[in-house]
Amino acid sequence: MRRIIQIILTVAVCWFAADVARAADVSAPAHAVAGSDISLPTSGSGSATLYLFGPGTAMKKDVQLGSEIPLSLEYSGRYAAIVNGQQVTFDVAPAPVSEVAFLARPSRVPAATKDVITGTVFLFDKDRNLVTIPTPVKFDLSVDGGQPQSQTIQSKNGVAWIKLDSGRKAGPAQFVAAAGDASVRRVVQETASDPCNLRMHVQQTKDGVAVETDRVRDCAGNPVPDGTIVTFTATSPKGRDTVDARIKKGVAKAELPALQNATLSVASGVVVGNEIHVGGGM
Amino acid sequence: MGRILLIVTAVITIILLAVGTMTATRSTENTGTPEGAVRTMFDDVVVHNWQGAYDMVSNKNQVDLQNFIRDIAGSNGDLRTFSTLSSVTPKVLRASDSDALVRTDLEWSTAVGAIYGTKDLKTVKDGSGWRVEWPVEQQAKVPPQVIPVTFLRWDIVTRGNDDDWGAQNVDAPRVRIISMNAVPHDGGTSILGEIVNEDTVPGFVAVEGSLEGNNGKTIGEESSFDKISHVLLPKEVSPFRIDFPNVKLSAIKNVRMQPTSLLVPASADPTIGVLNQRLDTDANGRKVLRGELVNESGQTVNIPHVLATFYDNSGKVIWVSDGYVDRALLPQTPQSFTLGLAPEIASKVQTYRVTVNTYSINRNNES
Repeated sequence: MRRIIQIILTVAVCWFAADVARAADVSAPAHAVAGSDISLPTSGSGSATLYLFGPGTAMKKDVQLGSEIPLSLEYSGRYAAIVNGQQVTFDVAPAPVSEVAFLARPSRVPAATKDVITGTVFLFDKDRNLVTIPTPVKFDLSVDGGQPQSQTIQSKNGVAWIKLDSGRKAGPAQFVAAAGDASVRRVVQETASDPCNLRMHVQQTKDGVAVETDRVRDCAGNPVPDGTIVTFTATSPKGRDTVDARIKKGVAKAELPALQNATLSVASGVVVGNEIHVGGGM
Repeated sequence: MGRILLIVTAVITIILLAVGTMTATRSTENTGTPEGAVRTMFDDVVVHNWQGAYDMVSNKNQVDLQNFIRDIAGSNGDLRTFSTLSSVTPKVLRASDSDALVRTDLEWSTAVGAIYGTKDLKTVKDGSGWRVEWPVEQQAKVPPQVIPVTFLRWDIVTRGNDDDWGAQNVDAPRVRIISMNAVPHDGGTSILGEIVNEDTVPGFVAVEGSLEGNNGKTIGEESSFDKISHVLLPKEVSPFRIDFPNVKLSAIKNVRMQPTSLLVPASADPTIGVLNQRLDTDANGRKVLRGELVNESGQTVNIPHVLATFYDNSGKVIWVSDGYVDRALLPQTPQSFTLGLAPEIASKVQTYRVTVNTYSINRNNES
């Protein structure tokens, strides 16, 4: 009886050992990068079926056990591979930055103003995976003839952003964001601010009075753009005359009728300039 | 007998038709009084019987038919050319056996609402009837000349379909409400104030107002409609007025204002001067703001729209008034305007500011 039990046990152990010897083993790849060749190492022998699930991916493939399974995955993220009922999960990292999406706001800002320009960068690899690995992003802002600004920001979760002051000089500012080999340029128009020290002078003409401003500039010395409204007002006992003149070639001018004992004033937007008394009676 | 009756009936019918035709254009002709003469002339104007109206003019040696028609029916695409005379109210101010002065209130129906005018017309006795001495308006003739204009305008290039998604578009101009006031008006409420284009590009601007009642519910929503200069050039300030005809001021707990702006192509011309502005009293004893508009450019402005902002002695906006001028602004030629002002406002007005919107038929998409 004891001998029979011993034989049965020996057969059972051998059966189990043979089964274990046939079992497949799949492992995670050491360093998987999207868009690159990836190998899934397997052990065991014979053929099996691989099921692979991940971002934008669902795959079924016949594989030979005991060799590496070659894969090429476009999308970064977490994948699950199942071979003969055994599952392994692994992460596919994004490739290095090859594309930068750059949002620069606003398109137009007054010069010499604090924290008015924002730049936000989203980093992508060549397959448009968001590059979540911290990556240095260099922001450059410069206007011709102005003081350039440059800062490097480490991206976080694929995004880097910055807030910058506008320069003192008006003009089209080149706003460049660069990461890795990729860079994108945007243009932010830095415009003159409100007129500063608005002054006019008066000249008597044959038909009345010609009023003309000095060259209209903002407080940083930038010429206020042509087309800006400058209001000339003449107040006299006879009534009031106003002309909304446009700045042309840097100055605004208007013709007013002959004035007696009148006060002339000039304004642009909410900025008031000098006053001049004309026609005696001072 | 039957044939005679037929002939008689036919003759009577022809006579009646002739009488009817002759009297059709002058159904109300009554030139026996100064008032009747004026009314008869304007009745012809209503039916565009220009020759009939001109026949009522006594000073034909001073006014020819074409000038008379231009004077009444408008010219140069002005607002009068889009108007219809809807009401005439003559009143004799003084009369003698040979002449009389008739004050005539006229109401014109136009696309932008009724326009009122008053004319003091001299009438003279001419035989058995009265005739109207049409006032000759001597308009200064500008000599032929070239007016140099540095044509300044803004055009816009927007982002294209093939630009990447991060590429920015051109932003709308920055606008800001710089003053605001709520006043009772005709049993309702008016919200008034001023808005400035702080940017360096032109914008199409509108202001919307929303009123909240005591329970937090919205009790009125309106927009500034035409009580604003919609196209604002850089640093231009426009008044605005939003009328809430059915909302009492006392019922308002909160006012929400929403200025909106769009970047639009625009032209910096024409420049309009507003001269000789003064508060005055009109012939009917009403307070008015008068002045003259001068188009300093070389192109005709067909329909001028005058906006006036009135301030009290603390500089607060207390009223915004507007009116269309039914005459075109010819280059360098003064054109008078009058804006009505309620007496209760007039007594508080310390100062005022007048701006002009312009509409030109030949200049699309421009201010």
